[in-house]
Amino acid sequence: MPQAPPSGSNRPSDSLSKDDLKGIYRQMWILRKFEETLLDLSKAGDLRGSLHLTEGQEAGPAGACLALRKDDAITMTYRGHGYYLAKGVNIKEVLAEIIGRENGTSRGRGGKMHVFDPEHGVLGANGIVAGGVPTAVGAAFASWLKGDDSVALSAFGDGAMNQGVMHEVMNMAGLWKLPVVFYCENNLYAEMTSLEASSGVTEVHKRVAAYGFEGVKIDGNDPLEVFDAVTAAVEKARAGGGPTLIEAMTYRTCGHYQLDPGFGGYRTREEVEEWKAKSPLIRFGAVLKEKKICKDKDLKKIEEEAAAIVAEAKEFALAGPIPSVDGLADGVFA
Amino acid sequence: MSEMTYSDAVKDAIRMELRRDPDVVMFGEDIAHHGGMMQVTKGLLDEFGDKRMIDTPISESGFMGMGIGAALRGLRPVVDLMFFDFALVAMDQIQNQLAKTIYMSGGKVKVPLTIRTQGGGWKGAAAQHSQMLEALFVHVPGLKVVTSSTPADAKGLLQASIQDDSPVLFIEHKQLYGVKGEVPEGDHIVPLGKADVKREGSDVTIFSYSYCVHLALEAAEKLADQGVSAEVVDLRTLNPLDFDTVAASVSKTHRAMVVHDSYARCGIGADLAAQIQEKLFDELDAPILRVTGGDVSVPFAGELENALLPNVERIVATANELVS
Repeated sequence: MPQAPPSGSNRPSDSLSKDDLKGIYRQMWILRKFEETLLDLSKAGDLRGSLHLTEGQEAGPAGACLALRKDDAITMTYRGHGYYLAKGVNIKEVLAEIIGRENGTSRGRGGKMHVFDPEHGVLGANGIVAGGVPTAVGAAFASWLKGDDSVALSAFGDGAMNQGVMHEVMNMAGLWKLPVVFYCENNLYAEMTSLEASSGVTEVHKRVAAYGFEGVKIDGNDPLEVFDAVTAAVEKARAGGGPTLIEAMTYRTCGHYQLDPGFGGYRTREEVEEWKAKSPLIRFGAVLKEKKICKDKDLKKIEEEAAAIVAEAKEFALAGPIPSVDGLADGVFA
Repeated sequence: MSEMTYSDAVKDAIRMELRRDPDVVMFGEDIAHHGGMMQVTKGLLDEFGDKRMIDTPISESGFMGMGIGAALRGLRPVVDLMFFDFALVAMDQIQNQLAKTIYMSGGKVKVPLTIRTQGGGWKGAAAQHSQMLEALFVHVPGLKVVTSSTPADAKGLLQASIQDDSPVLFIEHKQLYGVKGEVPEGDHIVPLGKADVKREGSDVTIFSYSYCVHLALEAAEKLADQGVSAEVVDLRTLNPLDFDTVAASVSKTHRAMVVHDSYARCGIGADLAAQIQEKLFDELDAPILRVTGGDVSVPFAGELENALLPNVERIVATANELVS
């Protein structure tokens, strides 16, 4: 299935240190533990509203964000916890935001779908599937107009490929060769509707041929392949070579939101189980063992470290102040 | 001061801002090489180059959203919408994204983006090129909504809009581009959020904005001949609304009417009437009346369009109804 980058020597990931590799594994576990904690908080009644988890898709954020600089811009969707965490947003403040506290990233005004941290280049998670893609392309437009070398990446799902604005900004990104990476997590389902039921062209990366730039298809459950593809796309963008679309094949092994069991109706239990066995955590743990970087006990230790980081964040969040109603209208304008 | 057209005053404001701040960029359809559909931006490409004045494809949602990203990354974009009607093409980006970004960030970010557009009828442009849609953008919180009726106000309010750190919708009007007036030279700032009494009066207040201010002033002249003293208040900024100036005028005349060429239902007139009766009921000696563009799409035929949109005679008759 993978078409790019080529396997073999000279892969950017070959130069990653053992600590980098362990860091990828840790980042994926932080995301998994973070989302387990969100689900617990939701069940306990501490977290309001619907919750869109990304179980099984941990390789994308861990691999992609490692290929970005702090000053590079990023946007993501409501299923984007992994991206803002891996980009460097303070996990405690994010968790406080997600349970609506004053010390959250948006003082409790944004919530889980609307996380911003311009210092780390996070220009917003978004409640509209393609809604934040223009923001990322606009950040790339700014880099191009100002002549600086920062790039932008927008992470979104295959469902976003069918909103019109996506194609407007892809056209402009191709026209001006803007330094932007379109990172499409193709998890085969847009909410509860399959790729086949959504478009006559199910190979997402082929669609950008219409805009004059390259689309590549990768194994999105392998964080090193993600890192390699994003690194190549980012280098090309920084060098003025324009945009790339990366179609990263992955699978959401949980439901669309917390009340969706994830199978029955639109997917079979067997299909979900098959992908669970191909989970990035399982696969990359095996890679670390194979490379003799970690033994089972080391993997377990990293998992426990991740759990401790998230537990500390949860404690911080739950102790955070409830926003004062006096400040309800703060921030309508700058 | 020098006399210039409204069109030149708008251009002067954009030119002043492009000169003042290297982060100001302008983009939209046909604005650079062609100089804009109304020729307002003609010549700016030559002075500022193609990285400050950028022609875009016809992709209103796309370039509106890109403006947000550019604004979040330190630019101060002026995003041109050739016709106000085209804002409807870009509604998710304007209302779900642009208007809410500062609030959703908890006030963490600034979004210094100005949408510049023009609306209004009387030109035979029919239903999709004649609308004034300001009420839609006042309705959803987070956008400053600015109009102007004179060349001096256009320049001063547009410079203030571009310098503002919140998103601003700056609405021009087709009927205004040829209007002439005295305009201050150099930097000229008219603060946002301040209405302006364009004519003092004591019997009735006519609240209006944009082109209809001129109809209101003409009506006030006719009313004076009939012995009725009408005050004309140009609201200018529709969001945030300068209710202090509204209240001062109503407290003086005790009779109020609103004139606009946009639709009646849920319009600025409806909102202003609601706010005045909520806060100033005891000041009122008569119901608040409206002269509007009705609740019909703008028709093509001149006779029909003229019948739909406000005119001086209807304003005079409505004012007389109030004072009788």
